[in-house]
Amino acid sequence: MSKWSPTEPSNLQKWLAGSLVVIYALVTLLPLLWIISTGFKTPADSIAYPPKILFNPSLEGYVNLFTTQTRQTEEYLANNPPTNWYEQLVHDKGMVIAGPSRYGERFFNSIIIGFGSTFLSVFLGTLAAYAFSRFKVPLKDDLLFFILSTRMMPPIAVAIPIFLMFRSLGLSDTHAGMILLYTAVNLSLAVWLLKGFIDEIPLEYEEAALIDGYTRLQAFFKVVLPQATTGIASTAIFCLIFAWNEYAFAVLLTSGSAQTAPPFIPTIIGVGGQDWPAVAAGATLFLLPVMVFTILLRKHLLRGITFGAVRK
Amino acid sequence: MAEVELRGISKSFGQVKAVKDASLRIADGEFIVLLGPTGAGKTTTLRIISGLENPDEGSIHIGGQEVTGEIPAKRDVAMVFQQYSLYPHMTVRENLAFPLRSPLLRTPEDKIHKKIIDIAEVLQIAHKLDNRTTELSGGEMQRVSIGRALVRNPAIYLMDEPLSSLDAKLRADLRVELKRLQVQFGSTLLYVTHDQIEAMTMANRIGVLEAGQLVQVGSPREIYEDPVSLYVGGRLGLPRINAIPAGLFAGAPSGATIMGLRPEHIEQGSGKPAKVLRLEHLGDQTQLHLKIDGHKLITLTDIHSDLKSNDTVYIQPRNPLYFDANGNRVR
Repeated sequence: MSKWSPTEPSNLQKWLAGSLVVIYALVTLLPLLWIISTGFKTPADSIAYPPKILFNPSLEGYVNLFTTQTRQTEEYLANNPPTNWYEQLVHDKGMVIAGPSRYGERFFNSIIIGFGSTFLSVFLGTLAAYAFSRFKVPLKDDLLFFILSTRMMPPIAVAIPIFLMFRSLGLSDTHAGMILLYTAVNLSLAVWLLKGFIDEIPLEYEEAALIDGYTRLQAFFKVVLPQATTGIASTAIFCLIFAWNEYAFAVLLTSGSAQTAPPFIPTIIGVGGQDWPAVAAGATLFLLPVMVFTILLRKHLLRGITFGAVRK
Repeated sequence: MAEVELRGISKSFGQVKAVKDASLRIADGEFIVLLGPTGAGKTTTLRIISGLENPDEGSIHIGGQEVTGEIPAKRDVAMVFQQYSLYPHMTVRENLAFPLRSPLLRTPEDKIHKKIIDIAEVLQIAHKLDNRTTELSGGEMQRVSIGRALVRNPAIYLMDEPLSSLDAKLRADLRVELKRLQVQFGSTLLYVTHDQIEAMTMANRIGVLEAGQLVQVGSPREIYEDPVSLYVGGRLGLPRINAIPAGLFAGAPSGATIMGLRPEHIEQGSGKPAKVLRLEHLGDQTQLHLKIDGHKLITLTDIHSDLKSNDTVYIQPRNPLYFDANGNRVR
């Protein structure tokens, strides 16, 4: 194809664009690769200089992440031989496993709080966005601006009032408190994003459904929601990423039962030698849920189902 | 099917009066066509009957029951929208089934299946039933949208220019088919169109809207032959009715300032001289553009006429309609 076309890019242009994308992807993925590989290094390899690109993989980081260990005497170690591969791994360092670490609980907290607040934000956001999009709401523009204005400062600027409020309401270090907080922060984003998506769904569909014998609420569920899936999916991803990664409020407001993974991971560094493989392992596992969630919703993000059935 | 009645309906959007004091009684089994230019209030009238808009004044009665203020679902009306409004997340089959599955009808699935097959046959979309609506052509979408109304048996069908985006052949076929179905099932139908052939051939009665006002309601023949105003006269007939000063020819009644002359009401051969401006050969007819005393006229002439520009023909009116300065009929 040597013919010049006004719409098709030339091969050279395609190569240039492709290489740019690949280079950019490599640059952004490098830290990720670094973290993932560090998780499989031994502590010695992880701080080797120059950094080791090829190394003998080890699961020590992951074992350290999930267990607490104590150092024991030679005699004790000899009398209590390891019964499986991870005990063996710890045994070789002259230690024994004392019990599970808190990583599992913290991870689970992150799941509850992250997904809980995401669900609540998207649920409330969809209803509010639908109302703003379809009904005559008094002071609509002012209300929308007010909702947006809650995002105009960094959330952490109000950390102290929130800390005091949470303390007097007994919400400190509770799942409900954290879900409420992240929902409050995410809701403005959700309302604005979803309003944009719902505005794009022509009113004619609901009118057709009303005529076809459905009530407004039924029309909302049968006609509007299925067409808003793209918007709902992308909004959910944004909300989850924020709630999942949030660090500052989590440090401030949680310490025990409701602590999420982000404030917990740095505490793994521990005393004495810094256990970078365990930190990297914790970070790697922490990435997975958002990744899986995004991949699951990817289909909805890409599917443009609403184009073309209404003549404009 | 039921009788539908509008009593003194008015509706404004801000400063614009979309419908002004419209009253209309649509008998059970009647096919009424609303005619009028864009913005005359045709669509608003349909939307008020369907319940998508509430009138500022007046009431709507369906089957003897007042339904003003009721939600659309309670009115049992079916509507074909000008913008097809097919549900994009459903297949053609699901679109057609949607009204039947509503909480209002709760049709059993086997019955739904049968109805859809029947309607799809009639509308020639049987081979597209399992397609997504977004994969259809404009004409197919329009037919599905008509089908979604026809699967039901409502009090009244409301159709907003349902054939406007179809090609000429399909439009003619569907026009005949729609009329046949309406007669067969005795359906009550209120139909909005710009197309005078649709209006003339399908309607039992035609209602002409002018700036939100229902100015004349009557049989197609009445509207064509006996319009109450020049405006109504101009709604039907192609080429349009000619408007020339009433004094140009003798015989005008007192008060008449405008003579309305339909092209077929101009006799050639005697009378006053008129200059030929040009001829348009359209195949089945030849339109003759004339100028008489500085006023332009269009009439029909022999298909194989050999008249040329600047020729002179003698014309005189036959059965002219007279109107006063405001365009109202003078008898």
